[in-house]
Amino acid sequence: MKILVCISHVPDTTSKINFTSGDAEFDTNGVQFVINPNDEFGLTRAIWFQEQQGATVTVVNVGGPDTEPTLRKALAIGANEAIRVNAAPKDGFFVATQLAEVIKAGNYDLVIAGKESLDYNGGMVPGMLAGILGYNFVNSCTDLKIDGTSAMASREIDGGKEIVSTSLPLIIGGQKGLVEEKDLKIPNMRGIMTARTKALNVLEPVSSEATTKAVKFEKPAPKSAVKLINADNLDELISLLHNEAKVI
Amino acid sequence: MSILIYAESSSEGKFKKVAFELASYAKKVAESMNTTVTAVTVNNADASELSKYGVDKVLKVSNDKLKNFTAKAYADVIKQAAEKENVKLVLLSSTTDSLYMAPLVAVALNASFASNVVGLPVSMSPFQVKRTAFSNKAFAITELETEVKVLSLAKNSYGLVENASTLAQEDFAAALNDGDFSVKVESVEKASGKVTIADADVVVSGGRGLKGPENWGLVEDLAAVLGAATACSKPVSDLGWRPHSEHVGQTGKPVATNLYIAIGISGAIQHIAGINSSKVKVVINSDPEAPFFKVADYGIVGDAFDIVPRLTAKLKEFKANNS
Repeated sequence: MKILVCISHVPDTTSKINFTSGDAEFDTNGVQFVINPNDEFGLTRAIWFQEQQGATVTVVNVGGPDTEPTLRKALAIGANEAIRVNAAPKDGFFVATQLAEVIKAGNYDLVIAGKESLDYNGGMVPGMLAGILGYNFVNSCTDLKIDGTSAMASREIDGGKEIVSTSLPLIIGGQKGLVEEKDLKIPNMRGIMTARTKALNVLEPVSSEATTKAVKFEKPAPKSAVKLINADNLDELISLLHNEAKVI
Repeated sequence: MSILIYAESSSEGKFKKVAFELASYAKKVAESMNTTVTAVTVNNADASELSKYGVDKVLKVSNDKLKNFTAKAYADVIKQAAEKENVKLVLLSSTTDSLYMAPLVAVALNASFASNVVGLPVSMSPFQVKRTAFSNKAFAITELETEVKVLSLAKNSYGLVENASTLAQEDFAAALNDGDFSVKVESVEKASGKVTIADADVVVSGGRGLKGPENWGLVEDLAAVLGAATACSKPVSDLGWRPHSEHVGQTGKPVATNLYIAIGISGAIQHIAGINSSKVKVVINSDPEAPFFKVADYGIVGDAFDIVPRLTAKLKEFKANNS
């Protein structure tokens, strides 16, 4: 089984978010970048398939040379090889069209991408890949088992979960649950050393236009200070929630 | 040129509240475009309630094969309805199901797509919307550059606006093929009779401050009085005290509710990112330095084991006198 894991290179979840160029661009100054958490759950599941079922795992990112440390980390975690499509990820559609080319050329059976990235939160790349390629697609996937060309998956739904059956080739929108938090792998020294010798192939992008553009960013208005209520005066809280906030 | 919305129903065949919010929003946008609102419903026999929120026409799809949500098939239905009505703007809500099918709808219609849209379009020409990004730490003004556009509206970002209309009801038979059902639902596990985080107006959430799963009765009792859903922080779900489906935060479920009550949750930046779209936030924590106090509207410093039962009792009394 050939697995492709799509990796987004995103600001660490604790990053302060600021903008430059008249609030038109994200300010990367001092920001630590990581593998998008939803992608990391998918990568770890892919490595499980590699160890248990002999799959090969390729990781791919659409981005500039500055994203290579993130791909190297994925290699250190255990991916067999990496691909970088050398283009700025202009929008979700642009990224999906680039990835679709990689998938067609590499004949992957299973493609795992996080259900959304924690930077632009578009939540569209896995679905658009499925739409472009006509492959089967399970989003918000919390468990995945593959047997030959058959797949069983759990999908999170509002208020519960659903078990679905489908077949390869398959696109998965991954999230926590594909593996548990405690199963995430921290690269060890051997992994880091081996990663240096693994292939990281750079591909030039195919011609494609973005369909959306973030023209300006805004930060939420500063919040007024919390109203503290004495623990012995709970009636005041109820009164505030009823009369002032009007939520009960 | 009508605006098309997908009015989502629950498995019991009743409209979800988000369907009415979407209709309210669509009506307002339609007014500025001088056009009408058309809704698509699936297996919902009585669509008349949509007329309260300004929907002009409904395309009713009835098909046993669509009993379970199947993203590809539902996307195909929306696509065919959009083409039939020559629609340039498709609006979806932000439920798990709608977010699942939205990119499929966009690709099928050669449309651009923006998710997490909050508020009315910033500009109609060029078409720009405001959406949340960076896990609620910022907004992005996003331009959609194709002729056909798909938006998903963030929950609770617009609200319900009543606007009576005359509703024309029409049966619509979408042509579906086997490929639409290549992902087959085998079983659904859903706690019945429980308010879900996605549907709730109030969410009561517990953190590690509650010391163990055996104390969750505190959270559940308070939630029961408020008709609220229960939720938890990431450490609580990682420790296995509560199921994944209750984990809210950046890597868990997003919460955009009217009232969010956090008990014994310190307020790590990842937790706040996931719940920050909630309108009113209340924190109960014994540590006055807990970061949650910086983002909350109301706070009580003190012991949850003392405060929460008393608050529950008082709210019970309040509800009895005010219902």
